[in-house]
Amino acid sequence: MNRPLVAVPRPPATSTPQQQEGQLKIDVDHLSFYYGAKRALEDISIKIQPNVVTAFIGPSGCGKSTFLRTLNRMNDIIPGARVEGRVCIDGADVYGQRVDVVALRRKVGMVFQKSNPFPKSVFENVAYGLRINKMASSRSELTGRVEESLKQAAIWEEVKDRLHESALAMSGGQQQRLCIARALAVRPDILLMDEPASALDPIATQRIEELIYGLKKSYTIVIVTHNMQQAARVSDHTAFFWLGRLVEYGRTEKIFTAPSEKLTEDYLTGRFG
Amino acid sequence: MNSLGTAAPRKILSALFVAACALSVALALVPLAFIMFFVVSQGIQSLNLDFFLHDPRPVGEPGGGMRNAIVGTLMLTGLAAAIAVPIGVVSGIYLSEYRGTRFASAVRFAADTLNGVPSIVIGVFAYGVAVLPFKHFSMLAGGLALGIMMIPLIARTTEELLLLVPNALREGALALGATRAKAVLTVLVPAALPGIITGVVLALARVAGETAPLLFTSFGNPFFSTSLTQPVSSITVQVFSYAISPYEDWHRQAWAGALVLVTIVLICSVAARMATARVARIRGGQ
Amino acid sequence: MRSRDLGFRLSIGAFAAALLLIVTAIGFELARQSWLSIQRFGFDFWRTSTWDPVAGEFGALPFIWGTLYSSILALAIATPVALGIAVFVSELCPPVLRSPLIFLTELLAAIPSIVYGLWGIFVLVPFVRLLETWTPESLRALPLFSGPPLGVGMLAAGLVLAVMVVPFTSSVAREVLKTVPETQREAAYALGATRFEAIRAAMFYARTGIIGAIMLGFGRALGETMAVTMVIGNNPQVSLSLFAPQYTMSAVIANEFTEATDALYLSALVEIGLVLFIITLLVNGLSRGLIWTMARQVSSKVAA
Repeated sequence: MNRPLVAVPRPPATSTPQQQEGQLKIDVDHLSFYYGAKRALEDISIKIQPNVVTAFIGPSGCGKSTFLRTLNRMNDIIPGARVEGRVCIDGADVYGQRVDVVALRRKVGMVFQKSNPFPKSVFENVAYGLRINKMASSRSELTGRVEESLKQAAIWEEVKDRLHESALAMSGGQQQRLCIARALAVRPDILLMDEPASALDPIATQRIEELIYGLKKSYTIVIVTHNMQQAARVSDHTAFFWLGRLVEYGRTEKIFTAPSEKLTEDYLTGRFG
Repeated sequence: MNSLGTAAPRKILSALFVAACALSVALALVPLAFIMFFVVSQGIQSLNLDFFLHDPRPVGEPGGGMRNAIVGTLMLTGLAAAIAVPIGVVSGIYLSEYRGTRFASAVRFAADTLNGVPSIVIGVFAYGVAVLPFKHFSMLAGGLALGIMMIPLIARTTEELLLLVPNALREGALALGATRAKAVLTVLVPAALPGIITGVVLALARVAGETAPLLFTSFGNPFFSTSLTQPVSSITVQVFSYAISPYEDWHRQAWAGALVLVTIVLICSVAARMATARVARIRGGQ
Repeated sequence: MRSRDLGFRLSIGAFAAALLLIVTAIGFELARQSWLSIQRFGFDFWRTSTWDPVAGEFGALPFIWGTLYSSILALAIATPVALGIAVFVSELCPPVLRSPLIFLTELLAAIPSIVYGLWGIFVLVPFVRLLETWTPESLRALPLFSGPPLGVGMLAAGLVLAVMVVPFTSSVAREVLKTVPETQREAAYALGATRFEAIRAAMFYARTGIIGAIMLGFGRALGETMAVTMVIGNNPQVSLSLFAPQYTMSAVIANEFTEATDALYLSALVEIGLVLFIITLLVNGLSRGLIWTMARQVSSKVAA
């Protein structure tokens, strides 16, 4: 039963107060994913602890984004999508029989590669999730939650005087932080980020990375990135994907300094991808 | 996960919405089915050889038909095409070749505007220009009205199709020393020709079904006529006069005429779709 | 080379100019022919309701009323159906159904209006007459439902127009929805939206274009002649009742043009045509403007 390509991560030497040994946040068990007849993900198993940042790296087309999207069932929208195996979040399989997908997506938030604010004001963007999920019972509570999320996303100071102006009038980096605030507003436990900084300039990228570091305390974060240096800077654990399979998974320092698999080493040293 | 369940009202609302959308599709298809059913069932009863070979007979006499109307419609649409195809195709060429110019934008605006003008208004215009000065109705006037309606359709289709032709073809021709005119006329237009023809066929089908602009241009004629300067019958106008008349026999003939019209439209639509699909397949293969 | 290209450009440009010429010629000709009536009646033409050709009295208010009433009624019925179809075909339906459904809606658009009129007279009107006779007395008292159950009238016209408008609005709305970036819906889903909420977000994004689509349908209804004139009853009266036979601008031109014996009669009819021309120009221009604005929004946002 031992799969030679997967290394189970040991918990980091210094543990944060909230972390409970053995209490997995995300536990994926032999997951395969198909688009119609084509298999996009092959037999992936991975265990992710709460309050860590995990990076998914790999060449383009390797399935890392596809895998990310299985975690909040965003792939359900695609016709012909089929899943085998289990994805357990807080112990419950999200592909189980009577799972409420809408509630799952509230609990597992997502930020996309290219920022996609709604064509509404800054305030309305952040309030959107709160409104549809009926998470605020009064106008003052709504305003309070919006402010809280914008602060968490480290953008409050920049928008507090223009809350009711269009979100589209902001720069790319600001829009992306707005999207993060929007995702945080519905109080998820897990935040999935699909190459959140790939469309941004270096300064904006740095601010996003600082933000991720700060959010780690309260959220479990999984970030897909094609930028290996970013993965090294930002994550506690790293998973390397190739052609739809999980090749290696472990603590970031170990992966980047002494990977166990040759494939990993080849990728990191630039021999391909 | 289940303890954080979404409020049931939201889910119910979503399901109702989906159902409402499906219902609207059904709602739109019902009249379509109804119309097709009636046209076919009523029309087929009166569709016989007499219908195609005889001209109208006075009420009460059996064996009347719509020969003059069918020929009339054919000639009117032929006239319309003779006017509209040269102007429409060449305008379309201009619009695609000189896309960005202000003149092209003005022409495009005029084409879209003309497209939206009610057909009865075009009929009034054709009356003023082609009937009033000569003091009588004529096939020419009817052909003019229909032709005016066809021009913007053909122009826009031609423009869009020419834009789809890969630039590589034009560059190849120019590199061989062709002038712009030669490149366009000998390479681009032939490449887009199947689509242009499809566009013309669709435009023809569209105007063949028009009634309003013919009411006071070609007007109508109980007798067989192929003269350009005389009023001429057409299927659409004939169906209209029969429909509002009090005679059962004429009503039946009206349904038959409607069946002929719908068949023409159906054949042209299907043919056009097949042609576009074929072009797409060929292009995809390239 | 240059001069030959110039010759080419000028000669095909001449053909293109014909389009401009025709549109302006239409405007001119209509204005010229209606001048007699405009001079005689001025604005009163549109304020009075007596249409009596024999006595030489021409008040066109009933026609504008009839045109607007029937078109707005048609819009009210057709818009939800058309948008429902657009949403269903572009967002909800299984891919295998998409092509046939699109073909069927295009077929609806291609049916000649005389065929709609024929069906209207012989199938729809008797049906509407039945509906009208079944209307309970309590509703009959309201001005909206008053009058004898003739079958022909505003309701029949509104229904026929609605069926004709649906395919136009729905196909433009469908095109508009296609241009909404997928990421907008994804953003909604990722926040825990239901199907309806995510589609609503997409429709919000496309709202300008959708309004343009609706206006396009309105323009279509305004200009429709044959189907309307066969079911509306052709009675120049201003009435709130759905059951009352009324008259539209295009219908009166169609019916009375060939019977206009004197110059004033003809001129009055042409003036109606002129106003119809201007109204449809404005409505169609506005709708195209809205759709164009939305296309620009989409492309500029993607670029950002």
